[in-house]
Amino acid sequence: MEDMIFYDRLQFAFTITFHYIFPQLTMGLSLMIVYFKWKFLRTQIEKYNNAAKFFMKIFAINFTMGVVTGIPMEFQFGTNWAKFSELTGGIIGQTLAMEGMFSFFLESSFLALFIFGEKLMGQKLHFLTGFLVFLGSWASGWFILATNAWMQNPVGHEILENGKFVLDNFSELFTNPWLLPAFLHNQMASVVTSAFVMASIGAFYILRDKHSEYGRLFLKTGVVFGLISSVLVAFPTGDWNAKNVAKYQPGTFAAMEGIFETEDAGAEIVLIGQPNMVDKKLDNKIAVPNILSFLTYQEWDKQILGMDQFEEDELPDNIPALYYSYHIMVGLGTIFIGVMALALFFLWRKKLYTIKPLLWTIMFLVPFPYIANITGWYTAELGRQPYLVYGLLRTSDGISPTVSSGNTLFTLLGFVALYMLLGLLFLVLVGKTINQGPTPQKH
Amino acid sequence: MEIFWYIAIGIVLTVFFILDGYDFGAGIIHLFFAKEEKDKEVITKSAGLFWDSNEVWLVAAGGMLFMAFPTFYASVFSGFYLPLIIVLWLIIFRAIGLEFRGQFKYQMWKDIWDKSFGVSSLLLALFFGIALGNIVRGVNLGSVENGVSAHEGHYFFLPLWDSSFSPLTDHPGVIDWFTIIIGLIAVVTLAIHGANWIILKTNSSINNKLKGVIFKLNIALGILTIFSLIVWQNVNPNSLDNFIHKPYLMLFPIIYLTGLIGLFFIKKIKKDSHAFVLSTLIIVGGITSSLASLFPVILPSINDKHEHLTIYNTAAPEYGLSVALIWGIIGFALIVVYFIVQKRLMAGKIDHMDYGH
Repeated sequence: MEDMIFYDRLQFAFTITFHYIFPQLTMGLSLMIVYFKWKFLRTQIEKYNNAAKFFMKIFAINFTMGVVTGIPMEFQFGTNWAKFSELTGGIIGQTLAMEGMFSFFLESSFLALFIFGEKLMGQKLHFLTGFLVFLGSWASGWFILATNAWMQNPVGHEILENGKFVLDNFSELFTNPWLLPAFLHNQMASVVTSAFVMASIGAFYILRDKHSEYGRLFLKTGVVFGLISSVLVAFPTGDWNAKNVAKYQPGTFAAMEGIFETEDAGAEIVLIGQPNMVDKKLDNKIAVPNILSFLTYQEWDKQILGMDQFEEDELPDNIPALYYSYHIMVGLGTIFIGVMALALFFLWRKKLYTIKPLLWTIMFLVPFPYIANITGWYTAELGRQPYLVYGLLRTSDGISPTVSSGNTLFTLLGFVALYMLLGLLFLVLVGKTINQGPTPQKH
Repeated sequence: MEIFWYIAIGIVLTVFFILDGYDFGAGIIHLFFAKEEKDKEVITKSAGLFWDSNEVWLVAAGGMLFMAFPTFYASVFSGFYLPLIIVLWLIIFRAIGLEFRGQFKYQMWKDIWDKSFGVSSLLLALFFGIALGNIVRGVNLGSVENGVSAHEGHYFFLPLWDSSFSPLTDHPGVIDWFTIIIGLIAVVTLAIHGANWIILKTNSSINNKLKGVIFKLNIALGILTIFSLIVWQNVNPNSLDNFIHKPYLMLFPIIYLTGLIGLFFIKKIKKDSHAFVLSTLIIVGGITSSLASLFPVILPSINDKHEHLTIYNTAAPEYGLSVALIWGIIGFALIVVYFIVQKRLMAGKIDHMDYGH
């Protein structure tokens, strides 16, 4: 039984982690492509159109990867989490089915037109198809977040005697107080990723002195989008989410912040330290007193419950992983704001394109927004443990009763091998596209 | 309300098999009949432009099934665990074959992805047929062994095969001689459908030859159909009851036969789209006849201890189904609009379409 839960969780974690490399770029990038296309419509400067088409190629590769790694996600609810699906399908089935209906059809119908139809449709319609692709991809994010919000903070349902969750108020699924902050936070984080990717490609072109006209455009656009989104990720959306965790999942809040003991005179904010689960304390701690209480409640000496106030089987089952995920996300987010603010300052002083150390830094920062996005999701998902539906349905009660651990390990190994191949292909193809550059090809 | 969602999901699934069916079929034809690079390229393109919007119908069917019949979704997806995951892997291989073949100009690179596309299309068609065969045959619900259930009555787990390969044992596997026959029917049907698609959408040099291929495949399909009808009764003794009690259901097998018989005249058919309609009829008739023979059962139990899974004992409660009806109608109207816009803009032969054109 323990084995079954372990492999089911590992397979879901592995496949969703790999999957989420792609949608986070496509969601953010679709917005930036629409921006370039809009710029082109207004100015008629060909450069913007070429930029849009170049990123469309990168978008298309990402989109394919997102689709093929996304289909297994929907299926795995049934294959590996059958009991969970049976008990909650009447509710999360709604939001997942709506995602298919309202977002995937929109996205896939107009993506083909956007890629192949520029000459066929004329510029205005082409812009419109691009906008619809953007709308579809963000709608997808909305429905996934609505699904997740219900699991984090279940609303609008009643529980029958046989344990089944039954929908009794549809609109509450979308007015869930967890949903909007989580959605905005997630979407801003995806813009951070795409902005860093764009800025990084720009820096690469400038440093290599190849396609440098586009390099400057990409870097400039990436830095402006990057700073705005990095700030918005932290404030107000990140702050808003943290307050929700404190309100609806206080045990999780204590665990992710590393607060082992309740301090009556206000809680400190932990910057660095390693959770020591044996002695129930943080080793090598660096912390600033009272800040956490202020950030959470705007009161310096407000009490925040520590982990000592909760039963052990109510707290997340992997506190160190949760704590590290959260702190990596926050730490990286802070660095992003700093680097992008610096870059924008030099852009304003018209020096950015010549400051090599900064260009190198921006170029090499590209993996980190991915890490921040994924650790952000780990924070949400590890933080919800030991529940699938917070407070109501335990993870151990959600797995498929008939799928043995040997079968799950077999498919997990298969996914690992296949995704390694996919990852390799992805890097080769994106590398090739970047190397070719955005200058129009002659036919 | 259950009946409404049953029909809605049935329609979405059928549309999926019509649409993605032609690109599976194109893959099968591509594997066996496309020899020249020009033909290979245009066939992969005729599938590559559309596969992802076609596969959305599968995702939609999955989502709707999850929402409307959660117990069925949970039972079937976990019970057919291995074949389903293998199908997912094949879908991935097929998609990357289509998308990545054109990325480099080396022949070796193209050959790899051609095979990836062709073989996974073939295996997927086979697996989808086998899946239908399993639904018709039924499973050992509750994993009953010597009168004792190992699980709740709506759960089961099927190995890929049982050493007897027979559908008539107490605990058959996913693959047995009956499901293989249905699998072959699916392969042949989709190959015909795909060949029609290639003729319709491309100026490929093998188009004329393909008409002869369709004729031969159609003979094979006729023989397989007769054979499967003979054994069907043994595998599921109740399969004719619905047709006897509700004679109007005979419409579905008639649709199937119309397509099958019509395609024997493939060489006389002037308009390519008419032939495509005929193979579409075979798919529609085949799926609807199988579902109609079971209704309202959606997964028969082969033991006496547990009852069949039906649309009534696996459905979500009334309120959720009614709310979903409202957004479902809005969503469906939108899909029809997208579909019309897309088909109008991408009508005609696709040989000369490319990035940015």
